[in-house]
Amino acid sequence: MSYDASSTIDAETQEAIDIDRTKGDFSFPERHKFDAGRGLTERTIDYISDVKGEPQWIRDFRHKALKVFREKPMPTNWATKDLDNIDFDIIRYYLSDGEKPKRSWEDVPEDVLRTFERLGIPEQERAFLAGVEAQYDSEAAYSNMKEELTKQGVIFVNSTEGLKNHEEIFRPWFGKVIPTGDNKFSALNSAVFSGGSFIYIPKGVKLKQPLQAYFRINSENFGQFERTLIIADEGAEVMYMEGCTAPKFETSTLHSAVVELVALKGAKIQYVTVQNWSSNVFNLVTKRGLAMEDAEVRWIDCNIGSRLTMKYPGVIMKGERARGEVISIALANSGQHQDTGAKMIHAANNTTSNVVSKSISVGEGRATYRGQVHIPKHLKGCKNNTECDALLINTRSRTDTYPAITVKGNQHATQHEASVSQVSEDMLFYMQQRGLSEGAAMSLAVNGFINDLVREFPMEYSVELKRLIDLEMEGSVG
Amino acid sequence: MPAVLEHPATLLESAPETPAAFPAWFAERQRAAWQRFLETPAPKRGDETWRFSSYKQMDFAGFSARSLVSSASQLVARSISLEEVAAKFVFANDQLIHSDAKLPEGVICLPLAEALVSHGDLVKEYFMKRDTRLGSAKWTALHEANLRNGLFVFVPANVEVAGTIEVFHWLEGQDTAIFPHTLVITGANAKVRVVDYFQSANDSDAGLAIAVNDLNAGPGSKLDYIAIQAFNEKTKVIQVNETGVAKDATAIGFILNTGAVWARNESLSRLEGEGSRSDMLSVSIPAREQEYDQRTFQHHVSPGAYSDLLYKNSLYDESRTIFSGLIFVDEGAHRTDAYQTCRNLFMSDEAEANSMPGLEINADDVKCSHGSTSSQISEDEIFYLRARGVDPVRARQLIARGFSVEVIERLGDEKVEEMVLRFLDDKFAHIAGGGA
Repeated sequence: MSYDASSTIDAETQEAIDIDRTKGDFSFPERHKFDAGRGLTERTIDYISDVKGEPQWIRDFRHKALKVFREKPMPTNWATKDLDNIDFDIIRYYLSDGEKPKRSWEDVPEDVLRTFERLGIPEQERAFLAGVEAQYDSEAAYSNMKEELTKQGVIFVNSTEGLKNHEEIFRPWFGKVIPTGDNKFSALNSAVFSGGSFIYIPKGVKLKQPLQAYFRINSENFGQFERTLIIADEGAEVMYMEGCTAPKFETSTLHSAVVELVALKGAKIQYVTVQNWSSNVFNLVTKRGLAMEDAEVRWIDCNIGSRLTMKYPGVIMKGERARGEVISIALANSGQHQDTGAKMIHAANNTTSNVVSKSISVGEGRATYRGQVHIPKHLKGCKNNTECDALLINTRSRTDTYPAITVKGNQHATQHEASVSQVSEDMLFYMQQRGLSEGAAMSLAVNGFINDLVREFPMEYSVELKRLIDLEMEGSVG
Repeated sequence: MPAVLEHPATLLESAPETPAAFPAWFAERQRAAWQRFLETPAPKRGDETWRFSSYKQMDFAGFSARSLVSSASQLVARSISLEEVAAKFVFANDQLIHSDAKLPEGVICLPLAEALVSHGDLVKEYFMKRDTRLGSAKWTALHEANLRNGLFVFVPANVEVAGTIEVFHWLEGQDTAIFPHTLVITGANAKVRVVDYFQSANDSDAGLAIAVNDLNAGPGSKLDYIAIQAFNEKTKVIQVNETGVAKDATAIGFILNTGAVWARNESLSRLEGEGSRSDMLSVSIPAREQEYDQRTFQHHVSPGAYSDLLYKNSLYDESRTIFSGLIFVDEGAHRTDAYQTCRNLFMSDEAEANSMPGLEINADDVKCSHGSTSSQISEDEIFYLRARGVDPVRARQLIARGFSVEVIERLGDEKVEEMVLRFLDDKFAHIAGGGA
């Protein structure tokens, strides 16, 4: 089969991709074994399906999704105009050399390297994060861990493998939590998805260690359109960590993932994301969990970097006493817009949800909280609590809050509170009196602002997160 | 008083005629407004300013702007007011049927139809000078094109109007539309309070009211505005309130909603000077199938201004409310101090409340917060009252009343608060079984 796999970039295309050249030139010659070419047509989809050797039902699913993607409008009524700058025709929807992306250290921008240094990330991990083909000496350890999980019946593979080898578990839930037509970007993902994880935790299995530790050495980390499905069977417990605190240095400008979580009766899923995208990335992600009776889905989400992030993790509480939670931190620096939030859909009696969201706007950065709480008729005893706090650092920083709360019936309680403030002059003065520089004082104040949320992150993450915030705050004052 | 023109054609069919006595600039504005009305698309699904709205309510095709009134003297008698008032104007179907005013020298308080003729330049300076921002641009254009009367108040610098200026707007006749307009201007350090009452002549006529207020509080002045919306439950209402608050001025805007089958309130306060303050208050008691759609905008243009919004809804039966509020802080509007609270009290398992409290902050030295809650009456409170011999229906009413009183008390005048409570109690009396 032959498709236009040319990787020479003409001037016009170059200009279109090149959104922020100040952060480094991300385009460099690549030789990929598989390349679906630029733009998105039926042929692109057939190419992906052929390369992956997918069954017919997935091919049909992709084709149907492409139609939906073409018909669906952009979320125009409230979304930022910046979305119009995405040129879907120049994007390469599938690139693979079979295994890992090949880049060299020379391609890693200066600021990304500096961040690695400052976070104290070990050489090996840095190599991995930068996308350089790394030599691992941990292959043995990885196999051991994998074996232990397999013994317990845990399935932890990439989504392509999940589809092929575990169709009986995968298929019933795939696309059920987030239907193709949910929004334009979920439709796009459904059409061209590749990469991402498929995880199944059997009944009653409670994993003590978080799953990402293995994932870091699982090479399928990179995906513009990854698709993740996690199913925790009755009474199972799992914590999954996605991304890392280090900057995710991406060559692509569009990242559009779909993440579906299914927590069956009494199960618990915690999904931790700390993302620090390079500043040319449009990060448009759809994430939703389904919580059955007595189950719990908890999103812990931290968004730093990117040009525009639109991400509203949600929980549908479908069974009685289900619980949903979103804990999030967003940091928007100049040239960045963090449009994040949470959706809590109560669909059974006595379900409870909690949203705690904190944002920091630095320089000319803009942070937006967008939320939805929905309690339909004829339910009883549902509760929601939402708190959003925004901190503004500079005079041109910007923040917005747009929650929407619908409650029907009198047997529920909802409360929403939001506040906007700045770091108080008195506090800074006090700290400077004690010998801290203005920047250090500001970092301390910002870390204090998010401290109670940072504690919700796993320990190694919270340390890196604090350092990362210090780094972002550097030179941002005055 | 200029003759009132009949415009028997239905509202949306042809351009209304401007009365000959009105100045040319006004006739021109009315023509332009009609054109704008035709060109402005009707609200549609997906419009953020109409999220959760019931679009079907906006079918205004069958209504006509009739001015015929059969029961003028009865309506004047039914215009029950505060005991002592500075002025009282009674309109029925936008026709003046009664007026009585004892005002300090220099105060101009006239039906708008007269003010257009005698103080045209002053009216021109302030009349609908701000763009409608909260979604009803089409309907305010229709209002402007059809406007026949209303009240014009100008209080010169350093003059205080001691009592209240009351304006009654009666709606009579099946499928009748009215377009009440209130334009208030206070000079530096002046003071005035205006109350608009919106009522129906009977319970059976389905009517339409598209009302617009322009409130302009000059430097250091105090302007209180109260709207009592108590139409019958077949009437539809759009009320658009635009308030500008200058340096060191204070404005209170209060809306009571007890009537109408569907009421859309749009309230915008512009904090235009340092030290300005705006209190935006509302109490709504929807019952049966009533729907109240509330949209607010606290626009901090100037640094060092204060705004506080408190809306409370007690929802009975199958009623529905929508609250969408925005605190908007302009770039450079530092030391803004702004609050926004919407509280919903559920009195029924069939009611629905939608809340969208919003913030858009473009300056960093600010204190802004908003909150929204929805809850029910606690059984403990009912038990407490029952233990003291209060029957359950009354107990629930008392709690809903107490919930609303917190807002009403912020009007800061006992007589006015009593008057508002009378309308509130009247509503409670008309809720079957007290909503128990």
